[in-house]
Amino acid sequence: MAVYILRRLVYLIPTVLLISIISFAVINAPPGDILSSQVQELEQQYGPAAQRQIEALRTRYGLDQPVYMRYFPWIVGIITRLDFGMSFSGAYGIEFRPVVDILAERLGYTVLISVLTLGFTWVAAIPIAVYSAAWQRSVFDYVFTFIAFVGRSMPNFLLALLLMYFVYTNFGWSLGGMFSSEYVGQPWSWGRFVDFLRNLVVPVIVIGTAGMATIVRVLRATMLDELGKDYVQTARAKGVPEWKVLWTHPVKVAILPIVSTIGWMLPMIFSGSVITAIVLNLPTIGLTLYTALRAQDMYLAGSCVLVFSVLTVIGTLISDIILAKIDPRIRYD
Amino acid sequence: MRQNNEVTETSRSETVSRTQWQLIWRQFTKHRLALIGLVVLAVLYFIGVLFPEFFAPHSPNERFESYLPPQRIRFFDADGNFHLRPFVYGWQEELDMATWRTIYTPDETEIYPIQFFVQGTPYRLWGTFESGLRFMGVEEGGRLCLWGTDNLGRDVFSRTIYAMRISLTIGLVGVGISLLLGLTIGGISGLVGGAVDNAIQRFIEVIMSIPTIPLWMALAAAVPRQWSALQVYFAITIILSFVGWTGLARVVRSKFISLREMDFVMAAQGYNASQTTIISQHLVPNFLSYVFVNLTLAIPDMILAETALSFLGLGLRPPVVSLGVLLSRAQDLRTVSMHPWLLIPGAVVVIVVLAFNFVGDGLRDAADPYQLS
Repeated sequence: MAVYILRRLVYLIPTVLLISIISFAVINAPPGDILSSQVQELEQQYGPAAQRQIEALRTRYGLDQPVYMRYFPWIVGIITRLDFGMSFSGAYGIEFRPVVDILAERLGYTVLISVLTLGFTWVAAIPIAVYSAAWQRSVFDYVFTFIAFVGRSMPNFLLALLLMYFVYTNFGWSLGGMFSSEYVGQPWSWGRFVDFLRNLVVPVIVIGTAGMATIVRVLRATMLDELGKDYVQTARAKGVPEWKVLWTHPVKVAILPIVSTIGWMLPMIFSGSVITAIVLNLPTIGLTLYTALRAQDMYLAGSCVLVFSVLTVIGTLISDIILAKIDPRIRYD
Repeated sequence: MRQNNEVTETSRSETVSRTQWQLIWRQFTKHRLALIGLVVLAVLYFIGVLFPEFFAPHSPNERFESYLPPQRIRFFDADGNFHLRPFVYGWQEELDMATWRTIYTPDETEIYPIQFFVQGTPYRLWGTFESGLRFMGVEEGGRLCLWGTDNLGRDVFSRTIYAMRISLTIGLVGVGISLLLGLTIGGISGLVGGAVDNAIQRFIEVIMSIPTIPLWMALAAAVPRQWSALQVYFAITIILSFVGWTGLARVVRSKFISLREMDFVMAAQGYNASQTTIISQHLVPNFLSYVFVNLTLAIPDMILAETALSFLGLGLRPPVVSLGVLLSRAQDLRTVSMHPWLLIPGAVVVIVVLAFNFVGDGLRDAADPYQLS
């Protein structure tokens, strides 16, 4: 097992390096160099006096050198000093701010929402799939198949808008942001906590829906396979009650592969969370990416892409290790 | 001898030998939802991609009053009289004294029967044929805005129909490019094998581990602002397909690898068939159906991606009319709660994507020879 984990960790290195190259390409993708709009601004503000500052910035980011020569200082800075570069846009009040500070502020909430969504997806998907499989072609099965199809077909932002509208007209809650206006900047209290949860419900549902539909389909198919096997019939013949037949063996077998879905669930959740965060104004890395892109704040934007990808890779690694641990059929030598 | 030959010909056709495609089609037609999806798509592509100028009552930039609410097509008037020709009511304006907003309500005294095949605002069909013939309209003085109007007073219904031309083709073009990339790279990976295969697979894994929307957003944001609408359209298409080819490449690779070992390929190699012949005659036809299934399921993802990007203002930009651009008018809760009809183009997105998913699922079931039903 230790060897398996070690080997996976070694595999991680080239993957992450390649991801970092792609992220760096993103930073350098816009036409003109990354500083040009900042240089313009500085010149307008300070006139020729800004020249020295501009020169310092150019040397700092190696803009007098070709792209590949700039990559190395950047990646070395990240690895050795967690220096992701500077955010140039004034979107966060301060003109120049280390990217790592902005990311650190928002990483926790991003991970929280993603983990909650993952949890919600499984908790909701498993009973639905088991029920649909056990009572195949029942009304519930058809209703859910329909909902799943619609969920898969609806753009995330549309679902977010509709749910926001629904919640607003039915409960009078005006969602958006992490807290309602009366709790912003207040110390934690029970009321604030409830408010926090309330603002989490819609994003979690919105982000989870698309993935849930797929998981239900996979799980339902595996369940149907398992239910047709001899051991299920034997159990029934022995007189084991139906719920016990269902939940003891077939469900266990069918659930295991679900752990491996983290690999594609995470990119999907991150993708969904970006759009949802923008619509619902949630302070996640997704929103940061969006504002950074709009302001052409490319070091920040590229770092966001990097963080998302690295989180995905780590999540996949964890899921593979868990799977190897719990599924006796997987040999990891 | 000749006669004999004919007899065998006819008897062979009677013993029902069908090509693979006929078999797939036969299975496909058994899938009711998939058939419905196919019909819906055919209708939408006909209306929205081929003849939007004819089917839309107005041109996309014709302006009326801002935020007119949708009209209902009616057969019964306020007195309960039945009209064979459907009609719409006009609007009456009222100023809400509390909010200082103009409120439009249906005016039951103004009845505008809907006319078909009328002369409306002139247009150029496909940029060449001048015409003014529109599918429907109302008489002078009336306004036909079935799904209301947006902030600039443009008819949402007409704009939605025009938007389909962009939104429904972007998926097709994007998938075309994905197909090219996927076949080439997947093919190389599967045929060459070894270190090349390994490198390509690792590369695909890396691309797949990057969440698509952030990557799309970042790439789309790099499209220069001063580019023309057409350039942006192709840039976005290429960006969408650059990320989307990986799944296809994997399918192609795995098929190449599994088919390579088959007896009929060995036999072909045995009688010295060229590599090109083997690929084009033996390998490709055998997995083409899988490729088609994969493509059909990739189109809706691209349509959704375009919609999302344009909604965020990172994809296509006005004056281009796409479904995402239309939806970007409804950014926040305030707008949505006051003018919910701005979300109607979203329903079109859902219908199109749903239809593609049904067709894709139907094709997948039909193309799988191991599934008996």
